[in-house]
Amino acid sequence: MKTGIVVFPGTNRERDMVQALTLASGQAPQMLWHQQDSVDGLDLVVLPGGFSFGDYLRSGAMAAHSPIMNAVRAFAQKGGYVLGVCNGFQILTESQLLPGALLRNAGMRFLSQDCHLKVEGRDSAFTAGWQTGDVFRAPMAHGDGNYTAAPDVLDRLEGEGRVAFRYCNADGVVSDDDTRINMNGSARSIAGVLSENRRVCGLMPHPENLTDEAVGGTDGLPLFKGIMEAMGV
Amino acid sequence: MKVRVFVYLKEGVLDPQGKAVGHALQTLGFKGVEDVRISRVVELDVDAVDKAAAQKQGEDMARALLANEVIEDFRVEVCA
Repeated sequence: MKTGIVVFPGTNRERDMVQALTLASGQAPQMLWHQQDSVDGLDLVVLPGGFSFGDYLRSGAMAAHSPIMNAVRAFAQKGGYVLGVCNGFQILTESQLLPGALLRNAGMRFLSQDCHLKVEGRDSAFTAGWQTGDVFRAPMAHGDGNYTAAPDVLDRLEGEGRVAFRYCNADGVVSDDDTRINMNGSARSIAGVLSENRRVCGLMPHPENLTDEAVGGTDGLPLFKGIMEAMGV
Repeated sequence: MKVRVFVYLKEGVLDPQGKAVGHALQTLGFKGVEDVRISRVVELDVDAVDKAAAQKQGEDMARALLANEVIEDFRVEVCA
């Protein structure tokens, strides 16, 4: 199985992602520069975190128009697996590969701390490493993570089981209005969503930063194990 | 020709920046301030044959990049 990580000017989490993908798949991913116009031969494309193009205009807006995103869009339309984390999630919404948008955190503060996520998405490689309802810890580091979408879009996401992850506390309690739990103010506590064909997933927190006991835990490893398993690795 | 594209958050979309500025204004003694919304103005010099063409260019650019229509509305103004 071949994986690739897209690097934009300002991307800064790509090495963490290399580590996680290598651990889970046993193979080092290919690094892809944003000016490339092909992702041929890959099974999974990952858009990592960072501040692509300095977050100019809106987070992810410039990156969404990079040459490589045309290739990623075509790849996704053919059923390719795409994962976007943090800035990668913002790029996926700006590219309209995922619905909704990420606004400034409701409390205006950049949040750099651990959070807990509840696994909710059904029938997807990105959630297959957990049981539905499982709770896991994930670091987060973002200023624009406040997920929003029109109410009918939110209803559809929930109805179709496309809310992949929701913010919760360590006991799995979800509370949209509690800023200690839903820290960035996301609509319906949504931390991650799936595309209609469930092959594209975006989330704000960083499971790739907890994939090794040496750095404090492996809570995020099931994300990558699940993807690899679904792809037959 | 000078084109101004005004990009602002749709009604109902939370504007934490506006809220913070509103609080700051009240602290400064501007008691009558109720709702504050922050928007963005993009000024462009475009090569266009007439005002209508410049207007269309502005709208096309807003749709393609300058505004995210999931959360934002826009208005285009062509300056004489």
